[in-house]
Amino acid sequence: MSDRIFGGFGLALAIFYIWAASTIKDSFMVDVVGPRAFPYIVGTIVALCSLYFILRPDDEPEWPHMREFAEIVFAAVVMLIYSWALPEFGFLISTVFATAYLTWRLGTQPLWSLVTGVGTSVSIYVVFHLILGLALAKGPLGF
Amino acid sequence: MEILSLLGDGFAIALTPQNLLLAVVGCFLGTLMGALPGLGPANGVAILIPIAFSLGLDPTGSLILLVSVYYGAMYGGRISSILLNIPGDEPAMMTCLDGYPMAQQGKAGEALSLSGVASFVGAFVATCGLVILAPQLVKIALLFGPAEYFVLFTVAFATLGGISSTNQAKSAFAAALGLGIAMIGSDSQTGSQRFTFDHIHLYDGIDFLIAIVGLFALSEVFIFLEHHRGGAVGSAGVTKVGRIMPDFGMIKRCIPSMARGTGLGFFSGVLPGAGASLGSFLAYSLEKQAVDRDGKTFGKGDPRGVAAPEAGNNAASGGALVPMLALGVPGSGTTAVLLAVLLQLNITPGPLLFQKSPDIVWGLIASLFLANFILLAMNIPLVGIFTRVLMVPTRILMPIVAMISFVGIYSITGSTFDVMLMVGFGVAGWVLRKLDVSLVPVILGILLGNQMEVNLRRAMTISDGDWFILVGSPLAIILWLIAIAGFVLPMLMGRRMKKRMEAARNEEEFVGD
Repeated sequence: MSDRIFGGFGLALAIFYIWAASTIKDSFMVDVVGPRAFPYIVGTIVALCSLYFILRPDDEPEWPHMREFAEIVFAAVVMLIYSWALPEFGFLISTVFATAYLTWRLGTQPLWSLVTGVGTSVSIYVVFHLILGLALAKGPLGF
Repeated sequence: MEILSLLGDGFAIALTPQNLLLAVVGCFLGTLMGALPGLGPANGVAILIPIAFSLGLDPTGSLILLVSVYYGAMYGGRISSILLNIPGDEPAMMTCLDGYPMAQQGKAGEALSLSGVASFVGAFVATCGLVILAPQLVKIALLFGPAEYFVLFTVAFATLGGISSTNQAKSAFAAALGLGIAMIGSDSQTGSQRFTFDHIHLYDGIDFLIAIVGLFALSEVFIFLEHHRGGAVGSAGVTKVGRIMPDFGMIKRCIPSMARGTGLGFFSGVLPGAGASLGSFLAYSLEKQAVDRDGKTFGKGDPRGVAAPEAGNNAASGGALVPMLALGVPGSGTTAVLLAVLLQLNITPGPLLFQKSPDIVWGLIASLFLANFILLAMNIPLVGIFTRVLMVPTRILMPIVAMISFVGIYSITGSTFDVMLMVGFGVAGWVLRKLDVSLVPVILGILLGNQMEVNLRRAMTISDGDWFILVGSPLAIILWLIAIAGFVLPMLMGRRMKKRMEAARNEEEFVGD
């Protein structure tokens, strides 16, 4: 069933892709093939493979239970929030919380998670920013 | 002779103090990443690319750093195979079979040093093979026109699923997905905006580094979260390492095994769609056929069963560099990541690279030789340090991996949108992995998509719109035949190969995991 859903999704993607390719505007420069031909080919392959998934699905993969699934979704959300927070609060502060969340979910005690978060954040800051000179996100406080 | 003098120039570049230091650092980090399960050569190199790039190293320097990581990871994979029966990366799978029983018999130190020597032999011979074979391949590649290049890329995608692939439709889907993503942005030929939907962040296309780090490194973090695997890998009780210095008698007895493993490994590395995993698998199973037909000693701690696959694995990783450097077409996930390194540095591999910038090519090859010696020196006496790393619990390690991925991408793009995109790729990578869709073709599609299209369009311009130019030369027809064979063969024998590989794995009971 998963493969069928995946195939359906792939088919929708392919149709959307081919439609989007058909709206590509020509510019003043032209060549024989034009900017649309290759995307059409790619879209067709996606569509054909998706049809195959619908017709001949593989065995069902081992999907995680609801709890693990929620785990992934929450982690992704935390990472998205982290991405947004980087320029708002700066690298050091954001990273403490993001690391603490991840290490907590992987089984560290809550309090130790914060300690790990601080440790990771500070070490990355020292190694990558202070020693190696990489540009990290700067918050209003300058770090 | 010409090759030797070029190689000499290469050593002059590789032996500067800065590059030497980079090689040592790379080897160390690589071994570390190889040893840790969940951080293989591909994602190890992937998370370091943006960092090496934002450090502002010169192209040769960053290349030396990253290929040292690549070789190092290939060496390191065996450490957890032997000590814990958990392969540190996929090619090290076969080393478990005899390495772990050796460790159980209290011969972990011997197994480690023997496999270190075997890795060295495999990688060293393969690097010599690279020196000899790559310039020859370049001579052939110079005959390629745009049409042949287009077909060559098709060969790469058709064979990438590999001989053990069970569902070729999924490989094809993955490749098309990658190619589709590569189309986003302004068209290189005419400048038309494609699939950007007037979104300013998409005008330049999607940076392949974002996709690679997301798909490889972040999806791995999600896998760990899913399984709540937070404990130390080594908590199952790291076996005592015992004496570390190699037993020369044992090594001597294993020389024929290493030689066979190296030969097989190198070939499967050079061939498209084979790679290091198949190299070590072939080396192990044929070695078993050759010296232990009745299965008396193999699987019970036979040193030859450690030497052969390790030599094969490392020889294959050297061999895989031949098509990558000479043709610009990688044959495996890790070499695809190395291709990303080159593209990021604005170096297009292929025959022209050998002609235009021999300093980069030969500097790179010289540093491979150098990395080998450093790794041998590092791996035998210092193996204790690496085994201690296995004691760090993954609940601390994986968040660090995630954060370094973020640091890398943020430091090269400085854009929240791109970092979010990376998270998106991470989630997509997790879903695709669950559905058994290989991620390597996706990456390769993103990397090669534009070049593939450019070659198609150039060919069509030459032929004035006649599609038959794609089968217009004997060379192109041969390449098409390889592509078709590479795509169809796994359908016929993929299931059988996979079963055999899994059967070999399951002969032993897995203790960990």
